[in-house]
Formats: sequence, structure tokens, C-alpha cells
Amino acid sequence: MENLIGLLVAVPLLGAALLLCGGRRLDGKGHYIGTVLAGASFVIGAVLFADMLGRGEHDRALHSKVFSWIPVGGFRADVAFQLDQLSMTFVLLITGVGTLIHIYSIGYMEHDERRRRFFGYLNLFLAAMLLLVLADNYLLLYVGWEGVGLASYLLIGFWQHKPSAATAAKKAFIVNRVGDVGLSIAIMLMFTTFGTFTFAPVLTNADHASEGKLTAIGLMLLLAACGKSAQVPLQSWLGDAMEGPTPVSALIHAATMVTAGVYLITRSGAIFNAAPDAQAAVVAVGAVTLLFGAIVGCAKDDIKKALAGSTMSQIGYMILAAGLGPIGYVFAIMHLVTHGFFKAGLFLGAGSVMHAMNDEVDMRKYGGLRKYMPVTFITFGLGYLAIIGFPGLSGFWSKDKIIEAAFAKGGTEGWILGGAALLGAAITAYYMTRVMLLTFFGEKRWVPDEEGHEPHPHESPSSMTIPMIVLAVGSVFAGGLFSVNDAFLKWLEPVTGHSHGDSPLSAAAVTAGTMVVLAIGVALAWAQYGRRPVPRTAPRGSLLTRAARRDLLQDDFNHVALVKPGQYLTRGLVYVDHKLVDGVVNGTAASVGGLSGRLRKLQNGYARTYAVSMFGGTAVLIAATLLMRAV
Amino acid sequence: MSGGALAAAASTTSTGEALQFWVLGTVAVIGALCTILMRKAVHSALCLAGTMIVLAIFYLANGAYFLGVVQIVVYTGAIMMLFLFVVMLVGVTAADSLKETLKGQRWLAALCGLGFGILLCAGIGNASLKTWNGLGQANSGGNVEGLASLIFTKYVFAFEITGALLITAAVGAMVLTHRERTERARTQREQSEARVRTGRNVPPLPAPGVYARHNAVDIPGLLPDGTPSDLTVNATLRGRGQIRDVSSEALAELAALEQRSQRWLGRKGNGTGKPSGGPGKPGTSENGENGEDGENAGSAPNPRGVAK
Amino acid sequence: MNPVNYLYLAALLFTIGAAGVVIRRNAIVLFMCVELMLNACNLAFVTFSRLHGNLDGQIIAFFTMVVAAAEVVVGLAIIVTVFRSRHSASVDDASLMKL
Repeated sequence: MENLIGLLVAVPLLGAALLLCGGRRLDGKGHYIGTVLAGASFVIGAVLFADMLGRGEHDRALHSKVFSWIPVGGFRADVAFQLDQLSMTFVLLITGVGTLIHIYSIGYMEHDERRRRFFGYLNLFLAAMLLLVLADNYLLLYVGWEGVGLASYLLIGFWQHKPSAATAAKKAFIVNRVGDVGLSIAIMLMFTTFGTFTFAPVLTNADHASEGKLTAIGLMLLLAACGKSAQVPLQSWLGDAMEGPTPVSALIHAATMVTAGVYLITRSGAIFNAAPDAQAAVVAVGAVTLLFGAIVGCAKDDIKKALAGSTMSQIGYMILAAGLGPIGYVFAIMHLVTHGFFKAGLFLGAGSVMHAMNDEVDMRKYGGLRKYMPVTFITFGLGYLAIIGFPGLSGFWSKDKIIEAAFAKGGTEGWILGGAALLGAAITAYYMTRVMLLTFFGEKRWVPDEEGHEPHPHESPSSMTIPMIVLAVGSVFAGGLFSVNDAFLKWLEPVTGHSHGDSPLSAAAVTAGTMVVLAIGVALAWAQYGRRPVPRTAPRGSLLTRAARRDLLQDDFNHVALVKPGQYLTRGLVYVDHKLVDGVVNGTAASVGGLSGRLRKLQNGYARTYAVSMFGGTAVLIAATLLMRAV
Repeated sequence: MSGGALAAAASTTSTGEALQFWVLGTVAVIGALCTILMRKAVHSALCLAGTMIVLAIFYLANGAYFLGVVQIVVYTGAIMMLFLFVVMLVGVTAADSLKETLKGQRWLAALCGLGFGILLCAGIGNASLKTWNGLGQANSGGNVEGLASLIFTKYVFAFEITGALLITAAVGAMVLTHRERTERARTQREQSEARVRTGRNVPPLPAPGVYARHNAVDIPGLLPDGTPSDLTVNATLRGRGQIRDVSSEALAELAALEQRSQRWLGRKGNGTGKPSGGPGKPGTSENGENGEDGENAGSAPNPRGVAK
Repeated sequence: MNPVNYLYLAALLFTIGAAGVVIRRNAIVLFMCVELMLNACNLAFVTFSRLHGNLDGQIIAFFTMVVAAAEVVVGLAIIVTVFRSRHSASVDDASLMKL
């Protein structure tokens, strides 16, 4: 069984190699190869899952060493895989959702002449992401971490002929680099602290290290998680990343890659448990981001950007939960999985709508689409209900638990966090209802584009609707399934540990509160967008709305706080370089030149002048000899 | 010689050697100074030869009999003659201007020379030269035999190498002075045919002044009107610009001759022909003529080169 | 008299020779000055031979003479060649080793 773990990574990697190196010969069947290999990976994952279920609770983890990567003296870095319940959850999510999105992409990318390359990138992403979650040490995890960054860059900029896409890809890559630096520093700190970076020894010895070091490692890991998972303050790339094809947004920027930060924090739980300050930072980042993303999501008219804000907000929930420690790890992962289902479904639905509307993304130009696209409407609607936490659907089970856990943190902190989570739930209900109303309800608002083509909304082909249906089913039932008999909790507890905390409110009270704020959010949205017709151009809006449309001024902040000082620094350095460095260099050159010009006069070509200098030199030598003897 | 050998054995020299040193040493220094101060290379060479002979005597006094003789035979005899030969080849008349052309050269030379000399003397003064072993024992089997046994045993390789050095030097000198002929030399017949063909100088070139009025190859012969003809002088001398023009003197002499003959004729023809000539004039005139002759016959210290 | 005076004489002659090399322009005289310096050295060698009581100094002086002979031969050949092409024996005229 252990050998199958390596195969999990190898199969999509083989697909990437085939599709990217295979050339035009594979143009006709590249998408099938990619999809079949992704499916094969899922099948292997399923086999391993079945095998894992067959074993006892405490010997479920599998370990497989492929080869010794860097054996230098006492230093060892192995390419080795570790498959425990946490990794298994991710494997199934990645390969499952990944396969569905491969299938969806067959239809979505049908008219793109670079479809083969697209599938190659998707397979590359799958391989890197699987490597990330299967690695048994931080160094190999880092390889996967960079791999998904690369795949993300390639896929965001897939339509590189659009300057906006190319810029967005670069932005994502650069912002991610900041986080990557954090991860590499964390790995170095781990090595100096523990002498290794394999998960098992690092995490079991975490208690013995000094708290200062653990806090430093934890903060660096948090920085890495912020970069990859688009958390404040490294959140700015996610909105722009929507320039990529919609399946990419669904797979990478909603369901899987952006959750890598949550995985990292959960995996490093032992470190955070022993470093309360780092944990507090994680919680703060999560709470801020869940509100930040939600507010941004309220103001966006671009359907994908609204969903991106929502993604940011939902990952904020997960980070918040992960930061709560053993109270929240399980729920963070649970929300991650359910979110993977419904957010992927929502993005696929958005892609389906755009497909029908000639790639129009402005929701104010949709309206009334439920009549034209019934399947999309129903699947999107189910995803909508799931995300707002409608009772019985996936989001209800997972989000409710997180809110509960936030209150369970205890003390003032617990009240603040719980309040923020509740507020986030209300805003989530508001903006998702807004998206739903603008897109599928009301009267039709679409207009001919510049070339005069009136959009003719139609249902998407079955290759696109089937994944949406599957994901909708997941959105509806996954949460419930996990919560039956606390199945998910029992499944993950051996890896992450769990404690109940001391909630000041009963579970029923929290659920009731959630329902109330949910109703308020939906009602507000209905009052604003459902009751009266929606204007085709956005009204000016309040100050907050305008700020939220500009992503709460994140880019302006970055510009003022980072870009401008950077530019000034660069200019200053250029000035120093030109005046000081060049001055010294040129001055040296000039003085050497001038001196040479003067010394050259000594070189007058007259043998007798040279003879005099030799004569004098001999005299000096004699003087030196005599002096040396005298001393 | 035996006195020298005895003296060489002691730490202080005999009074005779001391006297010899002070007298001949002065001569050597004067000779050396003259070598560098004489304007003419020939004089320098002669002064140097004098210094070298003095040094040869000093070698003998120091017990180096073989070297003393070699110094005279090889150095003074061969090498200095080689110098003189080259001086003659380059131009015995060429005298150096002693005016310094390089700025500050004299001062620098004086400074360096003084410093160098003082330092060298200070070095010698500092050295402990108390015990003089003398060459009595070393020369007991004969100086030449002693040298020979060293040369052919201890220094045999150096000796062989000097042989190679000398051969190389000889070959080098030949290579340096040898001039490759780029074309075949014309035979006498071809030259005469060429002369006839061009129609210029069909007869042999006119002789230099040897047969005209003067008797040296560097003096051009005079044409009938008294002007000198460069054609009569060897092309090499012409090329070097070493032609002495004596035409003005010759014309003056001719005039004097005519005057004298006229006076002579006048005295014979009419007694009152030229009374104003005075009785002393012929005498002075003849004196001057003699003086000039004598100068021309000498080594020509006061040349008047005709610029090309 | 102490024979060390021979060494002082040698030093004096050497200095005079060196000064001559620096002062004179005629290449032939220049060469003569070099010879003077070599002879001064020879005198010193011979005197040292007397000082030490062995003949090695004289051997060195002998070799110096041989080398001097070779040097003169080549040097004078060079002077003749230079004179032939430049019509001058002045070392200042051969001052092409400059910019």
C-alpha cells in the first residue's frame, strides 16, 4: 500500500510531463489524458482511503520513503511521504474536486486552442498540491508549496495575451514570494532549533523548545499561510487572480491551493499550541480577514470577484478556527472540505453563467437567468444555501461549529471572536443573497456587447453541468454526513487532537443566534436588490461601499506603504550609486589617469634618464643594506 | 714582482707599494675623469687605456700576475683597440657636445654619484677588513698554475659556458654587422656599359684633391674656375658630410701666387711695378702658406664640413 | 698602508664610470664607462682575493673579463649598426621608447 502513495503524486506529474512535452501531437486528446490521469489519481486515493478505513484508529498513518534526497553528513532530507487522516482528507478533496474540474474544463475550454497546455498545468498543479499535503517533512512541503505557486502563476496568466492577466499572475507570484520567504525562514529556524525538519520529530519535540523560538517559527509559518491563503495583509492578489479561467478559480483559488495555509497551520498545530502569542496572531489574522473579505464581497459587481471576496472570508473562518488550537483544528478542516465543495460549485456555476453570457462578468447585466439555465440555477442555489449556512446543508454544520468554537475560546477574547464570526455570517448571508438575486432573479438586464451580439443565455453542455451537479450534491450532504455521530471529529482527532473548550453559550444558543443573523442578512439583501429593480450601472454608494469596491483600498495601501517607499529607496540607491559609488570609481580612474599622465613624463625614452634612475636605485639599495646591517 | 708577493702577504703594504699606490692611483683617477670628460671619443679611449694599464700594475701588486698580464694584453691591447677601431669607423672627427640636453640630468647624476660613492665608501669602511691573508700560500705553486687548477676543476662548467658565450657573441656581432645583398653586385664591365649608355661621366670620375692642390681624399678637386667638385670625393664621405671645402683658401692662395708672380715679373720687367708690396709681405705670405700646409697634412683638428 | 685603499679606489672608479654612463651621450664613450666600471669591479675582486688568501676572486675577475669582451663585441656591433642606420652615435637620438 505504501508504494501507492508515491503513485498518487507520480500519476498527475506524468500527465503534466506528457502534456507539456508532448507537443501538438497530443492537442486532440490532451484533455482526455489529463482528465483520466486526474481520475486515476482519485481512484488511487480512494483505494488508499478504503485501506485506511480498514485499519485501527491509531495505526492508520502510512509512511513511504522514496529516496534519500540530500544526505550530507548528519543532515538528511528525504523524499518521503506520510499519509495520515489529515493528508487523506486533502488527497480526496484535491483529487475529487480536481477530477470534477478537469471534466468541467473539457467543456469550458473547448474553444481554446491551448487547451492541452491548460490541462498540463492543471495536472502539474495536482501533482504539486498532492506533494504538499503528502510530504513528511517541511522541506518537501516547501517544494510542493512552490510547485502550486508556479502552477497558480501559470494558470492565472493563462490568457497571457491580456495584460491584466499577465499583471495579475505576476502580482500573485510576487505577493506569494513574501509568504514563501516566511516559510523558508521558518524551516531554517526549525533546523537550527530541532536539527531536523521532518514532521514527526519537530512536532513531538515542540514542547521542549523555548517559547520565543516557537513564536518566531509560528509567526513565520503564519506569514507563509497569509501569502498562500490570501489573508490580511497579503490578501491583495486573490481578487486579481480571477483573471484566470474560471475552472482555475474554482480549483486553485477556492477549493484547494488557497487552503494550503490552513493545512500548514493545522499540520504545525503542536508548534502553535506551545506558542500562544503566535496563536493569537493567527486568530487575529483570521478574524480580520473574514470581515475584510466579506465586506469586499458585498461591494463587487464582478461575480467572480464577489466570490473571491467570499473565499477570502471563508478561509478567514478556517484560519480563525485553526488559530483557536485543539478546539478548532477539526472544524477548520471540516469547513475547508465543505467549502471546497460549495465554493467550487459556486465558481463552476459562475463559469457556466459567464459561458452563457459571452464572458460578461458584471452581475448588474445579468438578471432573471433562472428561466434560461435551470441546472445552473439549482446547483448554484444549493451552493448558495450551503455557504450561508442554511440549516441542514454543509455550510451550516461546519460554520456553526467554528462560531461555537470561537465562543468557546473563553473570556473577552471569545466574545470578540464569536461576535466577529457571527457578524461575518450575517454579511455572508447578505452578499451571497445579493449575488443570487442579481444573477438569477429580477428582470433581464443584459445588453448587446460592442459588436452588437445579444447574449443568448443557454444551459451549458453536460460535461459542465455534471460536475456542478456532483458538487451540489456534496454541498448539500457532506456537512451532514460528517456530523453524523461526529464522524469527522473522530476521524481527525488522532492527528490534530481535540478539546471542547468552555463555551459560555450553549450550542443551541449559538445556532439560534446564527439563524437570526442569517435571516437579517438575507432580509437586508432582499430589501435592497429583490424588491426593487436593480440599476444597470452601479450607484455611487457610501464611502464604505466605494472603499470596498476598491478592495478596501488594499492596493492603495500597498502602493503607499510598500511601493512608494520602495521606489524612493531605489531612487536613493541609484543616486548613491551614481554619485558615490560611481564617483569613487570614476575618481579613482581619473586620479590614476592623471597620475599616469604625470608619471608618463618620466618615461621619456632617453636611456640616460633610465640609467640615472637605476643608479639612484642602486644607491638606495646600498643604503638599505647598510641600514639593515646597522640595525 | 717578488716584492709585490711579499707585500701581498702582509696586512700592511710596504712603503714602496704605498708610494706606487698613491702615485699610480692618482693617475688612474685622473685617467678615469678624463675618460668621462674629454669631448672626443678618441681621447676618452686613450685615457681609459691609461687607467687600465695602471689597474694592470695594481693587479700585479696584488699578486694577480696572470690577470695583470691579461689586462694589458687583452684589455688594453685588444679591447681598447677594438674601441679605437669603432671610433675611427664612426668618425674620428665627431666630438661630443658636452652641453646637457636633458633637464636636471646633471644634477641628478651628481646627486646619485655622490650618494652612491659615499655609501659605497661607508660600506667598505664598515666592513671588518683587519686580517689580510695575502696570496703567499695560494701563489706558492705559481699563480697561473693555481688559477688553472681552479678553472679546470671547480669552475670548469662556468669556463665551458663562457666559451659558448664568446661564440654566441662572435656570431651575434657578425649577424648584426652583416648586410644582406638584395641584388647582385654589378661587374666592372656592366658599370662601364651603363656609363656609356647614359652618356654621363663616361670617363672615370675625376680624382679628389690629391692631385689638384691638396693631398687628402676628403678634399674635393677644384674645377677650372676654382669651385670644388663634390664628384671628386668618395660617395661615403659625401654621404657622411665629411668633405672639407678648401676652395676659398685655394683661391686665396691662387691670388697670392699670381700676385707673387706679378711682383716677380714686375721686378724683372719694370723696377717700379709694385713698390707698395713691401719687403715683408712675401715672407708672411709664405709663412701662412706653410702653416696651412702643415695643418692640412696633420690630423685635421679643425674640420670644415660641407653640409650636404 | 692598508690594502683596503685599493677597495676605495675601486669604489671611486666605479662611481666615476657610473656617472660617465649617465652624463655622456656618445654610445662609444658610454661603453668605455661601462668598461671602467667592470675594471673597478675586477680590482675589487683581486683585492678581495688578497684579503682571503685564495684565488677565487681572481677567477671571478677573469670571467668578468671574458664576459666584458663578449659584451664589447656585441655592443660595438650594435653601435655600428645603429650608426649605419641613424648616422649618429648619440644615445639620445635613439629615444623611440616613449609615447
